[in-house]
Amino acid sequence: MDAPESADAADVETRAVATPRPRLSVVGVLGEILLTGGVIVLLFLAWQLWWNDALLAGSQSDSARDLSRDWNSQEPAPSMPAATAPEPSGAPPAQDFGLPVVAPQPEHSDVIGNLWVPRFGADYVRTIAQGTTTDVLNSTRLGVGHYDDTQMPGDVGNFAIAAHRSAYGGGLHLIDKLQVGDPIVVETEDGWYVYRFTNLEYVLPTAVQVLAPVPQHPGVPAGDRLITLTTCNPLYSTAERIAAYGAFESWQPRSAGPPAAVADIVAASGVE
Amino acid sequence: MYAALWRVLPGPVWLRIVALAVLACVVVFALMTWVFPLVDGIVNPQDVTVGG
Repeated sequence: MDAPESADAADVETRAVATPRPRLSVVGVLGEILLTGGVIVLLFLAWQLWWNDALLAGSQSDSARDLSRDWNSQEPAPSMPAATAPEPSGAPPAQDFGLPVVAPQPEHSDVIGNLWVPRFGADYVRTIAQGTTTDVLNSTRLGVGHYDDTQMPGDVGNFAIAAHRSAYGGGLHLIDKLQVGDPIVVETEDGWYVYRFTNLEYVLPTAVQVLAPVPQHPGVPAGDRLITLTTCNPLYSTAERIAAYGAFESWQPRSAGPPAAVADIVAASGVE
Repeated sequence: MYAALWRVLPGPVWLRIVALAVLACVVVFALMTWVFPLVDGIVNPQDVTVGG
């Protein structure tokens, strides 16, 4: 039984000595190219989900703060009556600023305002622009897109916006962490619009009815002022969508300063 | 391919390892900075909107 084995071993040894390994074999190079390709694909995923995500999250919130700062440094609009300035009395009363100002629909990719959501973190702020195409959603300075043909902030109907769940700055990464009553605040050149989170729905990507003036009831005339945030679900997948709804609570002009709901995170962001 | 690269590199083993590490870092940086953003513009499967 030993004889054939040792003969084989000797044979292998002889062949190895007789024919030195070729420097480059086709199969060897092909294998290495495929392995390298696999590593590059994994690197691309890491780039998309972490590197670029962190990069965009930083630049989007930085530019949103710059925008807020620019608006703060501007002179108050001359049309703003002086009476709306906050009273210097002790406890500021809940002032009534009347009906919210509704801005006209801007051109595609033009800025609408900033989104402040304390539940998404103390350093969270993103700029909302018109349109939901990749030039808005994947932008280094925007990140949140307003669905064309849905209402503007403060208007009766539905102010519907979209952002990425993961990657590209993940504007709505923590959407499933919202709790009933959480403030969702939109800051525009005109003022601050406070919405309160009401509920969440898991829908199919085809569910355009969540954008209706009365969500899920297309054709029904608008009655309330609503906000709808849409993004992907589950995480790292585009199989479904999440729609988060909020109901309008109050409005105040820029001259009145940020509303109490976000005053602390706005102050902490250093835009004033 | 990589065996040939190893043979081409001069110097002792530790120097070759350092050279390969530097080379790998340069390649990864180039991929992350220029190649991936370019590729991402071409293959962007992430649609986050409804109805779109």
